[in-house]
Amino acid sequence: MAIDWYLVVSALIFCIGAGGVLVRRNPLVILLCLELMLNAANLALIAFARMHGNSDGQIFALIVMVVAACEVTVGLGLIVAIFRRRLPIDVDELRELQG
Amino acid sequence: MSTTTWAWLVLAFPLAGAIVNGLGYKKLGRGGAGAIGTLAIGLAFVCAVAALIGLQGHAPNDRALVSSLWDYAVTGDVNAKLSILVDPLSVYMMLVVTGVSTLIHLYSVSYMRGDRGYSRYFAYLNFFVFSMLVLVLGGNFLMLIVGWAFVGAASYLLISFWYRRGTATKAGIKAFVINVVGDVGLVLGTFFILRHSGTLDFLGTFRAAEGGAFAGHQGSLTAGCLLLLVGAFAKSAQIPLHTWLPDAMEGPTPVSSLIHAATMVTAGVYLIARMHPLFERAPAAADTAAIVGCVTLLVAGTIGLVMTDIKRVIAYSTMSQIGYMIMAVGAGGYVAGLFHLMTHAFFKALLFMAAGSIIGAMAGGQSLERMSGFRRAMPFTFGCFVVGGLALSGVPPFSGFFSKDEILAFVGSRGGWFDVLYVVGYAGAFLTAVYTWRMIFRAFFGEPCAEAKELEHGHLAHAEVPTNPANGEVEDTDVGFPGPEHTIAERAIPMKVAMTLLAIGATFAGFVQIPHVDHVITNFLQPTFADSKWVDHEPSNTLVNFGLVIGTVIGLSGIALAYRVWVLKPGSAAAWQARLKPVYTLFVNKWWFDEAIDLLVVRPFAAFGNFARGTFERVFVDDTLVGGTTGIVRAGSAAVRAIQTGFLRYYAALLLLGGAAVLLYFLISAS
Repeated sequence: MAIDWYLVVSALIFCIGAGGVLVRRNPLVILLCLELMLNAANLALIAFARMHGNSDGQIFALIVMVVAACEVTVGLGLIVAIFRRRLPIDVDELRELQG
Repeated sequence: MSTTTWAWLVLAFPLAGAIVNGLGYKKLGRGGAGAIGTLAIGLAFVCAVAALIGLQGHAPNDRALVSSLWDYAVTGDVNAKLSILVDPLSVYMMLVVTGVSTLIHLYSVSYMRGDRGYSRYFAYLNFFVFSMLVLVLGGNFLMLIVGWAFVGAASYLLISFWYRRGTATKAGIKAFVINVVGDVGLVLGTFFILRHSGTLDFLGTFRAAEGGAFAGHQGSLTAGCLLLLVGAFAKSAQIPLHTWLPDAMEGPTPVSSLIHAATMVTAGVYLIARMHPLFERAPAAADTAAIVGCVTLLVAGTIGLVMTDIKRVIAYSTMSQIGYMIMAVGAGGYVAGLFHLMTHAFFKALLFMAAGSIIGAMAGGQSLERMSGFRRAMPFTFGCFVVGGLALSGVPPFSGFFSKDEILAFVGSRGGWFDVLYVVGYAGAFLTAVYTWRMIFRAFFGEPCAEAKELEHGHLAHAEVPTNPANGEVEDTDVGFPGPEHTIAERAIPMKVAMTLLAIGATFAGFVQIPHVDHVITNFLQPTFADSKWVDHEPSNTLVNFGLVIGTVIGLSGIALAYRVWVLKPGSAAAWQARLKPVYTLFVNKWWFDEAIDLLVVRPFAAFGNFARGTFERVFVDDTLVGGTTGIVRAGSAAVRAIQTGFLRYYAALLLLGGAAVLLYFLISAS
């Protein structure tokens, strides 16, 4: 079975995620889009694993899921903290850290 | 104990004295510091005598002992060791330095009693003796340079000892700067010699010179020797690096006596004598030394004629006498020069001590204009002055007579253009007699001045308001100034003892080397100078006998002239001054050496420095180098800062773009 279609789907999902990160201003949505990008990568990894018939890619995919879980934990924690301080939930407004 | 152990002890005692006095000044009190200082030098003298005895036990051709304590750096051609060379020359210098120093320390115990910086004084003085001993004992160029620089530092500390006096601190700085010029000369000269000899060690260098290390490098050797001479001239106050010595009289009188008459200023003579195997292979440098010594002895003598500050008269006299020594060692008469070095140490130290006594009686005043008629008030000081004066003017049988005549006989026997030096030497001897006795007649003869009259009634004059003798400034008598009390030799046993011993030395020291009778010093120093080409060069009997007669005649006639001008016909000196106005102006302005150095060296350098500060420093260093570097960093950081907008999505876009660029690169390079 050709791997092309899997990769096309993966690239599409990745681009959707990247586009979402760039255009959306709500940090929750940005996190979701990041998840999309990570999962696009997962899809590609698993597709390659199937193609080569060894499980390295699947292990990588599992690790990426762990990383994604960590990232979401930190990200959501930050968002909750921002929310509690009644700051705007908008990444364009949160720009004190600049040169 | 072995000879070299004794020599190490000679070094150790003054150093220990300096450290104990320097660190323990609070605990020691007044008596302690003086006692420790004097005792340390006294013990050093005893050890020096022991070293002498030990050295005489060796066979004559085995009297150059080297002892090394540890190595600093021994790499390739550089063998920097802490080593000493004990041979007849260094033992001779060691004996003169420690012997005279002991007496001067003893003198200082009383003379400096009124000073609040008593312990500091003895710490410095001990340090000086230590440095001087390092200089004369050092067995390689490194030790020589270290000792050379140390005595310069000690001299600076002691000249500016009364540091509240602006004149004293200025004089100290001047002496230090001129001496550093000499140090640089010495170091550069060492480099020239090291380059071809391949060793820092003295004996190794001389062996290398013997073995022809400088064959074909005559220019290097001559340059090296001339640079060594720069060091010698600066330390020994020879023209044109002499102007610091008269100013150095700002220091306490015993300091002038020890450093600026008896020991430190003779270091140049020692240097040339020590380096004789090199100087004999560089005749141009040796001749330069002889000529400069000769010029100095004459010029200094003429200035001594017209100075009115008693210490400055003696200072110019010192310059003049060192001129004789330099002339002698330059011409090859090493023994004659070193013999004069010893006798000069005795009588010049004595003269300074006696001058210190008079200055005490004048409550700190030093001007000959105000002194007169001290003969009855201060018989002991007068006696010492007469002994010192007779020795200095070269009247038989005093020590200066024999040593000066030996120098002049040697120079005369060289023939050729040395005859000019010979004649100038005798002219200088005549001047010596005149200025010495002018000083004595003015201070001790004539109507007693107010201070002398008071002293005759048993009351030592006491200045109501102490003033600086150099510029008349009123001074407080707290630390950093001479105390309010003054001491005269008549009332202080230590001073009397020291002066008596020196007077004995000044009278009888010449007897060790009387022509046709004995040759103690020649025989003793023979092993050091055995390789000299002048070792067998003896002036003819006719010349020696002629010298003895003419020396006596010139000394006595100089005294007679001084007696006529300043005692028989008081006031005739003023008439002479008026008659010889241009000459007098030349002399009293010290031949304008200070002004010439100021014009030729100080001002051009100051102007150059100002120019460099205005252009090079400001434009190149400040604006280009420093300003340029900060400008680049500033611009770079401004550019980087502009990227840091704080927009999260902007960063994400950059990240993606970067990733896309990398991807693109791999895609293109893969296809």
